[in-house]
Amino acid sequence: MSNKVKITASKLPFTGRLVMFFVRHIQQAMASIGELWRNPVSSVMTMAVLGVSLSLPAALQVLVKNAENITQSWNNAAEISLFINEGRSEQSIQSLISRINVYSEVDVVHYINRDQALEEFQRLSGFGEALSYLDSNPLPAVVVVTPLARHSSPEGARKLLDKLEREPEVSFGRLDIEWLERLQAMVRLIERTVLAIAALLVLAVVLVIGNTIRLAIMNRRTEIEVMKLVGATEAFIQRPFLYTGIWYGVIGGVLAWIIINLLVWYLDSALAELLGLYGSQLQIQALSMAELVKLVLLASFLGWLGSYLSVRQHLRAIEPS
Amino acid sequence: MIHFEQVSKIYPGGQKALSEVNFRLQQGEMAFLTGHSGAGKSTLLKLITVIERASAGKVSINGHDIAKLGKKHVPYLRRNIGMIFQNHHLLMDKSVFDNVALPLVIEGFSHGEIRKRVAGALDMVGLYGKERHLPVMLSGGEQQRVGIARAIVNKPPLLLADEPTGNLDPKLSMDILRLFETFHDSGTSVLIATHDLGLIARMKYRTLTLRQGKMLGGDEIYSADTQGQI
Repeated sequence: MSNKVKITASKLPFTGRLVMFFVRHIQQAMASIGELWRNPVSSVMTMAVLGVSLSLPAALQVLVKNAENITQSWNNAAEISLFINEGRSEQSIQSLISRINVYSEVDVVHYINRDQALEEFQRLSGFGEALSYLDSNPLPAVVVVTPLARHSSPEGARKLLDKLEREPEVSFGRLDIEWLERLQAMVRLIERTVLAIAALLVLAVVLVIGNTIRLAIMNRRTEIEVMKLVGATEAFIQRPFLYTGIWYGVIGGVLAWIIINLLVWYLDSALAELLGLYGSQLQIQALSMAELVKLVLLASFLGWLGSYLSVRQHLRAIEPS
Repeated sequence: MIHFEQVSKIYPGGQKALSEVNFRLQQGEMAFLTGHSGAGKSTLLKLITVIERASAGKVSINGHDIAKLGKKHVPYLRRNIGMIFQNHHLLMDKSVFDNVALPLVIEGFSHGEIRKRVAGALDMVGLYGKERHLPVMLSGGEQQRVGIARAIVNKPPLLLADEPTGNLDPKLSMDILRLFETFHDSGTSVLIATHDLGLIARMKYRTLTLRQGKMLGGDEIYSADTQGQI
């Protein structure tokens, strides 16, 4: 037995300490689960709160994912209508069409001359009678251009439109994807909203875990005092609390995943019926395995963060007296 | 082992607990610290274990100035000091084994080693075979001895006891003091704070006396010839 008071060094050799470090970590992680198991009522309540809080951002994520999926299939509907300057001869229009036909971005070109345009307008607009009072045909000739699939995104079609408008025969062009752009803008807005709400709920998760850990610390106040008296370091004392926070996060994350899958399953048949009426084959998608892993990782990080903040504030305040 | 030089302690609020205390405890020495309640005995022990820090003066342990000891190193210092309290500070929801094993668990001993040492410590205090008991199932004297087993289980070079016999009858108190004597015999430094003068009168060790925060006699007092000073 050494009778010297040593202040820094541990009595154990380094390798022994290293092995025991990992053994202790595993033991404390398991002990934290045991602690949760022994107080099932309060821990189950906390986990349920976490599961519900996490399921909301996850549900919004599912919503955005499916919305994106649906709008993706609408993206290829772009058509460009080119209105021809008045007074251009049939010949020059034909040469324009043949020029457009060789554009690498263009799939199909469809020509509607002035008479056809008038006819179509009379048929579809219901103003047929009124038009017969006009002296001459007020409608311009129209060339409808369908771009290739890879150029039919809003940006690609817009670029093609600009190029086509530089042709001398073209008065102006119109892209029929403006509604699509609006839809995409709306999806972006929803995404932002989802992000903001998710951030708030994530904050709620951190606070809930922080508060739960605070109560756990208060409950074990005397134990913490005794541990400090017999020489436990802060790291040693805080470790079980950090593990408890992580477990809360993991179980809350899995719970959220289960809630989402139940929700999707519940909505699926109703949605299939609705989509069936529109003749669509789209399937609602739940969270994938990768997303489950991400959700659980995020949740365990939040659990750790919440308990760390709590431990920092409350554990240091407890000193033996 | 312990050296106080002109140490004063004033608590926030102005209460002066110790003023200009000088004393030295040699390595391997056993001594008593006496004085009325409020004379500063507990404060002196708290300065050694860094539960409180001195307002003025220098406290050194084994040559290390405590004032220079960062917060991070305090736990390592405390691992070298076995502390025994009047109200024993046991964890009432943990078994005797878990209570005694705590310092070893904190230091990272292996499970087999912990088992061996806890059994040894409990044997020393006469509680062998009571590992599975909860503290509430034990008598006051037995609880106190669990506290002692916890203090000595990692074989610290220094033992501090604050009124270890406070709630015990004279016979049990004597048993406890005999126990401290055995630790002293094996080379441990022991400092026992007590106001039980009848008890220390029967023993041959040096007595340090505090009165209203001042050390009477200080370094010059040796053996039992100054017990009557209070």
